[in-house]
Amino acid sequence: MTDWPILSTVTFLPTVGALLLLTIRGDDAAARRNIYWIALWTTIVNFLISLLIWKDFDNANAGFQFVEQAGWLGGRIGYSMGVDGISMLFVILTTFLMPACIIASKFSVQKRFREYMIAFLLLETLMIGVFCATDLVLFYVFFEAGLIPMFLIIGIWGGPRRVYAAFKFFLYTLLGSVLMLLAIMAMYWQAGTTDIPTLLNHQFPASMQTWLWLAFFASFAVKMPMWPVHTWLPDAHVEAPTAGSVILAGVLLKMGGYGFLRFSLPMFPLASADFAPFIYTLSVVAIIYTSLVALMQEDMKKLIAYSSVAHMGFVTMGIFAGNQQGVEGAVFLMLSHGLVASALFLCVGVVYDRMHTREIAAYGGLVNRMPFYAAIFLFFTMANIGLPGTSAFVGEFLTMLGAFRANTWVAFFATTGVIFSAAYGLWLYRRVMLGPLDKPALMSMFDLSRRELTILVPLVLLTLFFGVYPTPVFHVTSASVDNLITNYQAALSAAGKLAVAAK
Amino acid sequence: MYSAIVFLPLIGAIIAGVIALSGSYRAAMVGAPAEGSDAGHHDHGDHAHVSHAHDDHGHGAHAHDDHGHGHDDHAPAAPGSRPAEIITTGFLFVSAILSWIAFLTITAPTGEPVFVNVLPWVTSGTLSFNWSFRIDTLTSVMLILVTTVSSLVHLYSWGYMAHDEHRPRFFGYLSLFTFAMLMLVTSDNLVQMFFGWEGVGLASYLLIGFWYQRPSANAAAIKAFVVNRVGDFGFAVGIFGVFVLFNSVDFQTIFANAGGAVGTKMHFLSWDFDALTTVCLLLFVGAMGKSAQFLLHTWLPDAMEGPTPVSALIHAATMVTAGVFMVARMSPLFGLSETALTMVTFFGATTCFFAATIGLVQNDIKRVIAYSTCSQLGYMFVGLGTGAFATGIFHLLTHGFFKALLFLCAGSVIHAVSGEQDMRKMGGLRKHLPITYWAMIAGTLAITGFPFTAGYFSKDAIIEAAYVAENPLAGYAWFMTVAAALLTSFYSWRLIFMTFHGKPRASAEVMAHVHESPKPMTIPLIVLSLGALFAGMIFENRFIGEAYAEFWKSALFTNPDNHVLHNMHEMSELVKLAPTVMMVIGFLLTYWFYIRSPEVPKRLAEEQPLLYRFLLNKWYFDELYDFLFVRPVKWLGRFLWKKGDGWLIDGFGPDGISARVVDVTKRVVRLETGYVYHYAFAMLIGVSALVTWMMFAR
Repeated sequence: MTDWPILSTVTFLPTVGALLLLTIRGDDAAARRNIYWIALWTTIVNFLISLLIWKDFDNANAGFQFVEQAGWLGGRIGYSMGVDGISMLFVILTTFLMPACIIASKFSVQKRFREYMIAFLLLETLMIGVFCATDLVLFYVFFEAGLIPMFLIIGIWGGPRRVYAAFKFFLYTLLGSVLMLLAIMAMYWQAGTTDIPTLLNHQFPASMQTWLWLAFFASFAVKMPMWPVHTWLPDAHVEAPTAGSVILAGVLLKMGGYGFLRFSLPMFPLASADFAPFIYTLSVVAIIYTSLVALMQEDMKKLIAYSSVAHMGFVTMGIFAGNQQGVEGAVFLMLSHGLVASALFLCVGVVYDRMHTREIAAYGGLVNRMPFYAAIFLFFTMANIGLPGTSAFVGEFLTMLGAFRANTWVAFFATTGVIFSAAYGLWLYRRVMLGPLDKPALMSMFDLSRRELTILVPLVLLTLFFGVYPTPVFHVTSASVDNLITNYQAALSAAGKLAVAAK
Repeated sequence: MYSAIVFLPLIGAIIAGVIALSGSYRAAMVGAPAEGSDAGHHDHGDHAHVSHAHDDHGHGAHAHDDHGHGHDDHAPAAPGSRPAEIITTGFLFVSAILSWIAFLTITAPTGEPVFVNVLPWVTSGTLSFNWSFRIDTLTSVMLILVTTVSSLVHLYSWGYMAHDEHRPRFFGYLSLFTFAMLMLVTSDNLVQMFFGWEGVGLASYLLIGFWYQRPSANAAAIKAFVVNRVGDFGFAVGIFGVFVLFNSVDFQTIFANAGGAVGTKMHFLSWDFDALTTVCLLLFVGAMGKSAQFLLHTWLPDAMEGPTPVSALIHAATMVTAGVFMVARMSPLFGLSETALTMVTFFGATTCFFAATIGLVQNDIKRVIAYSTCSQLGYMFVGLGTGAFATGIFHLLTHGFFKALLFLCAGSVIHAVSGEQDMRKMGGLRKHLPITYWAMIAGTLAITGFPFTAGYFSKDAIIEAAYVAENPLAGYAWFMTVAAALLTSFYSWRLIFMTFHGKPRASAEVMAHVHESPKPMTIPLIVLSLGALFAGMIFENRFIGEAYAEFWKSALFTNPDNHVLHNMHEMSELVKLAPTVMMVIGFLLTYWFYIRSPEVPKRLAEEQPLLYRFLLNKWYFDELYDFLFVRPVKWLGRFLWKKGDGWLIDGFGPDGISARVVDVTKRVVRLETGYVYHYAFAMLIGVSALVTWMMFAR
């Protein structure tokens, strides 16, 4: 075990990088270069350090590790950090995606380059904080503060309708979090602490669980996003710069799922079991509804955004299936989606940088000019479809299997998602990539540059690796998920409710 | 050795893929400016690069040109084409030789099934499955079929694809397909089988759409993938069901516990069904998709957009038989469910007849063979449905050889007549293509069941099995298969007569350079001809004869109550003759129609316009599905997007609320007085209200 506060280091190193950036003045090429390299090195070093967490992580331990505690806000509310098998890999995912974001923004961001990088580095701190915090208030602070940089990234560096999208994003998420704040206050009054490990063992009265569950649900459902509060996502994605979309799809969406796993399921098990059918319904509607909507999109980013909503439907379904396969599959699917959706947004960014349009109709026959790009795009399209051998399959398969054990109707409808995803994925690919290249504007396009390859090729390899050999991930998650499920089932049977499904 | 059989094609595919990708990448990057410079990023008006655009090499220009042969404007071949061919083909031949060794070892009387564990895959709770191989007799039969046909098709493609500029990519895809197919047949659990299942689907998608400039090829590729996904949906749900039933997805465990599951109920959707029947029927939906059975068959004819070697390998000999293989592999489950077997029989018999009727009137040489494949797959399912699984697998093997042969012959013909696929523009080619002609005769004899050829043994065995089978639809199946035997004979000989006999109908220009195909193409034809003629004779005793037990060992399950194989040998000789008689009638009829008085078919078509159009348009399934599924789904997607998201959720959600907020603030503005103490007072009221509530509410 490391004896230095590694979690705080990983969390706040990007802030240090952001402070360093503040010292750079000017907007000439040299300054741009300095800003770029400082930001890039900060994120790379941070990624490497975060790998130490994985290296020293004790797979057998189901509780929180690397725990740090310090008094804060008068001792009642503590600054406490720690990761367990559910949260640890999200930290790694975040640190891994950040360098890609920085590299992807090298040329595409023209104005206010320094502020852009600062926003991203601060965002990194806040995102890692969400996954590391083991105090409710600290969690809330990170959770909410993360909105601000993202709001700015969309609102300042976004597309033409960026202001509308930014406000929509902000209002939606804020509305949910206000309710969550009320719930947090209620929990504090009831349990007398905001320490998450303690709260995990605290039993809230059944009637209170319902209200707390609903309040948290309001926040996480928006973040996920679940149908019908998903409409901010397509707009936010369309308007956000490429790197913003990557973070949005790759990390921010995972916070909802993470929240369900950290709070709703273990702290309000009775309410979770009561509301599971409700969640199933929303999930299945999300899967089918958004897949159909994705089919008809005319904007590449919007299509991928809708497909993200569908995939998050699998995640919520898996989480509330309440069995080992469902929950582990949900965690895995979130990680996998972090790679695949990010890569797809990066792929769209590649052609957007060249053509400055995301309209599907503006493209066609790109494979003729960009064979390598076509190959990578095909790979990620297939991964998004959930082809076995890619990481997405493992996650989707497990969540559907978990759902089947809980409720066959749910699994039945959710599985139709495999048909629709193939339809919209391949249709997009056909319209953008295949056919003759007859649009004059596209004739002067070139294949991926070395910089773009540096971002995309590692994502390809990882997606493939975790599709074929996901065991390292399961080693990390199994103990914590097992513990979660055991407690969940125990709470249900203690309350006299029949377990929905055996473990 | 077993790992080598499976992974050599993968290594070949990776090498060919790297060659293809690096070659095309280098070509595409000629003249690329440094990144970040303005030229590369924003100057779309810079048309200096236009000259580097790929040559439009004309594939898109004529939909019937199956390959680039006969054109002078060939783009130069991709760099590394020859090494890619040699490596992939070489690996495949090694793999084929090893497969035969494996086959002989495993099926020898002393042989035993082999299990190889490669890598753990997923472990989650009680669910756990590995990457692992299970090589028993059933697998080894598939191994020799897949690797032999695949290596021959690789070799054949040297000649057939000689003029294509994307050869490394083509050979990479072919090897990738072979790898996926081998993963499918060697799998030791349902999920790995699903991996292979989807893997061959991917390879099929890539190869159907190989000529990506053609819209029709791209459409066919998507159609194949999506229709297959409908089947995969059933397969996936079936796997979940199996897991719930047996708490495992490993064949070992499933088969060991299958007997105990008889009669158990399973709660599926809102009803309690018989567990085994439910699971089997779900899995069978998957088989229907992959094996193009009635209702999910529409993708197979369209798949003929791919290069002909692909049709031979994937859409005739191997991939489409995966469904048959899967049902046979799951025989311990299917064998215990009478209902499931009856359904298999029903779909098999229906497809077998239905596809054959369409095959009668098609004019595209490849489509005739495609419908013939569909129909033959129906035969295989009938065989499986009788519960004598070996008959289905036997036909799978022999069909693999003679159908690959027929397709490769068709490819050789197409190659000779400059890419023409319409049989109405062929004729009289017998003298020009002697090897192809005789090879095709061999294939036709085999498929029609001419005595002592491969089809005679395997197809007639299925028809006999249907005759003696006890399931409720056996009579239906027997009638349909016998009728289909007549149709098979008719469309097969029709193809021969239209293509090779009579007067040449091609233009003089085409006829001038009709030529027999080069050696790499004719050698596979000769090898496969031998298979088509003799495979039945050689294997009959082992597959369905006296050596059954020591050949199959425990690879196939036979329900103890099922005596089909036994009864087959005791049925009356007269009934056994039925398919042969049908074959002869079919031949004579065709001879009369297409050699003696060629005006008869035309007259018949004019006299029966409704029937003719109905068959020519493939029973209007494409139109029906377009109307039933494609259009409604598109409409619904647009409706949900514009009305659901746009009008309902956004309209009454964020946009509506913000509009109301704007209204409200406009009114509130009137309340604003500008005096600080007014605000302070309002705030005070608010705070005191809050405090009061907190004090009294708790």
